[in-house]
Amino acid sequence: MDDLLSLAFLTGVLAAALRMATPILFATLGEIVGERAGVLNLGIEGTMLMGAMTGFTVAFKTGHLWLGVAAAAGVGMLLGLIMAVLVVYLGLSQHVSGLGLTLFATGLAMFIYRLVFGSPVLPPTVEPFRPVAVPLLARLPVLGPALFHQYALVYLSWLLIPAVSILLFRTRAGLRIRTVGENPLAADTVGINVHRTRTVSLVIGGALMGIGGAFLTLAHQNMFLMDVVGGRGWIAIAMVIFGNWSPAKGALGALLFGLLDGLQLRLQAVGLHVPFHVFLIIPYIMTVLAMISVSRKASAPAGLLKPYRREDKGG
Amino acid sequence: MIRLRLEKRPPLPDWAKAAIPLAAVAATLLLAAAPILAAGGNLWRSYYYLFYGALGSRVNLLESCVKASPLIFTGLGVAFAFRARFWNIGAEGQLMAGAIVAGWLGIALPIPSRLLHLAVIIGAAFLAGGLWAAIPAWLKFRLRVDDVVTTLLFNYIMMHVMGALLFGPLQQPDSSWPQSPEIRATAQYPVLVARSRFHLGIPLALVAAGLVWLIHRKTVLGYESRAVGANPVAAHFGGVPTSSVLLKTAVLSGGLAAMAGVGEVCAVQHHLLMDLSPGYGYSGIVVAMLGNLHPAGVVLAALFFSAVSVGSQTMSRMTGVPSYISEVIQGLALVVMLVALLLTEYRVRVRRGAGTGGGHG
Repeated sequence: MDDLLSLAFLTGVLAAALRMATPILFATLGEIVGERAGVLNLGIEGTMLMGAMTGFTVAFKTGHLWLGVAAAAGVGMLLGLIMAVLVVYLGLSQHVSGLGLTLFATGLAMFIYRLVFGSPVLPPTVEPFRPVAVPLLARLPVLGPALFHQYALVYLSWLLIPAVSILLFRTRAGLRIRTVGENPLAADTVGINVHRTRTVSLVIGGALMGIGGAFLTLAHQNMFLMDVVGGRGWIAIAMVIFGNWSPAKGALGALLFGLLDGLQLRLQAVGLHVPFHVFLIIPYIMTVLAMISVSRKASAPAGLLKPYRREDKGG
Repeated sequence: MIRLRLEKRPPLPDWAKAAIPLAAVAATLLLAAAPILAAGGNLWRSYYYLFYGALGSRVNLLESCVKASPLIFTGLGVAFAFRARFWNIGAEGQLMAGAIVAGWLGIALPIPSRLLHLAVIIGAAFLAGGLWAAIPAWLKFRLRVDDVVTTLLFNYIMMHVMGALLFGPLQQPDSSWPQSPEIRATAQYPVLVARSRFHLGIPLALVAAGLVWLIHRKTVLGYESRAVGANPVAAHFGGVPTSSVLLKTAVLSGGLAAMAGVGEVCAVQHHLLMDLSPGYGYSGIVVAMLGNLHPAGVVLAALFFSAVSVGSQTMSRMTGVPSYISEVIQGLALVVMLVALLLTEYRVRVRRGAGTGGGHG
């Protein structure tokens, strides 16, 4: 039991929590950008898996991890574009199109992986990212090693929280995105290109989802497994609602989720025999409870789920 | 700059509507040619082995039926829910709820009569899946919590419940593997065709499809659930008790999905184990959509996808194209079907250059 109370244990939990939160954080921010523009992207789970597979494959073949990350972002953008064709230009159901995209991308990721690597006895691995210590800060007691001895992608995800906030709430582009998400007709009237704005938002969101997936195979683990994403995309969807479509609050949700995940991992690591599946359930139940508590005052973008078609008014 | 414009078209005749899923299947197979060719497969050989592998021999044909049974059940469950606009993405979790109850009662209940034992298992599992689906439905109409997200999250909750049980009370005593002991002989579905796995669950699935059709066409619940699906507000003011209709729809939907889990435990595996379902719940969504939410369509779509799934193994052995092509085909089929449905209502006009209407289209 002494292990549990030590500061080292605390540091370990915190470090693990931040690591586990990172892929969800990337995905949550990506989903927020799309939803603020009025599109729910349920393709997120498949996009993350394609990002995970592409990132791993490119890094494995070229030996450059960052090239893998870039490729994952590119694939995410491409899938965002496909989603845009389906729901923005054709105006198809966002629910079903997103699920279709996830099923398609999931199948494709496994298909390509099998094509490239065959079915070896042991899965191939890459030399993954190493944690980077921030000078001085990393030497802070307890918090230092947890917060400032992390992967570069973790720091990047933190920088993205204010970046996405500023993009959405402090720039003209962000104003357009939000207008298109709240009231596409009004946006169109004042000369904002609804379809293009929604498409760009989905493409940006897709890039972030792809990077979130790549984090799983290039930093969190060093190999690609078929279930490596394991529902993290759906968690991100829930975190967007939990965070009331705000990047900062969504990030907080992702961190909370990571904390429970990290605690579960560390408890297993110190050999405490809690039934770890019980721990795995807690974040999901908390998410559902959080959704119930915010459901009354949820402020979803008013244009969410609604396709915008101009022909109805003779345009 | 190329522009797409959608224009309403006059309603299509019924025969054309019935042909839509067929057109969608054809278009899907056409699109799936791209990954097959990319994998270096010969297209004709690949498709030949895909269908030969599914239908070409007695063993494979019966195996395709075995795979179709869970797909019919999850497809029926999803279709029934979608018709009432209950977006039940949780068939996978409801399947697992049914499987857990089937496994538990199959091990624990010492009932000497197979008929009675199976009846108890089916009843209890149906109820378990139904209740698991009813919670998100209740949250939806009572507290306005989004049903898509809750049903999705409930899949993972049930998956971890199953994990906790299989690493705990339901684990086979002398094993470290997450698998239950074998269920009693009285809890096993009878095999109906000698030298095969063709089991009771297959005719049961067809009976269920018939019953769902009857419920839709001949009962008050069917009528009310269709009314809620067509227009919930109008149904409410028309005197339909929308909340209770939604709840009953959810119970039926989840119960049907649970029956897929019962079949996997009682007929295919005879154990409860983690990898019980290769995503039958999610495939059920594709089956429901491709079947146009109609019970007969669901049966046909389920047979198609089970054939693709079984055949892809043969195709993979003979041509080296990874068998995951069947998952790719499923995803493509869902999207293609959506586009096909759109084309029944609209025609797409492609224009080049600056269009009319201010150029913001």
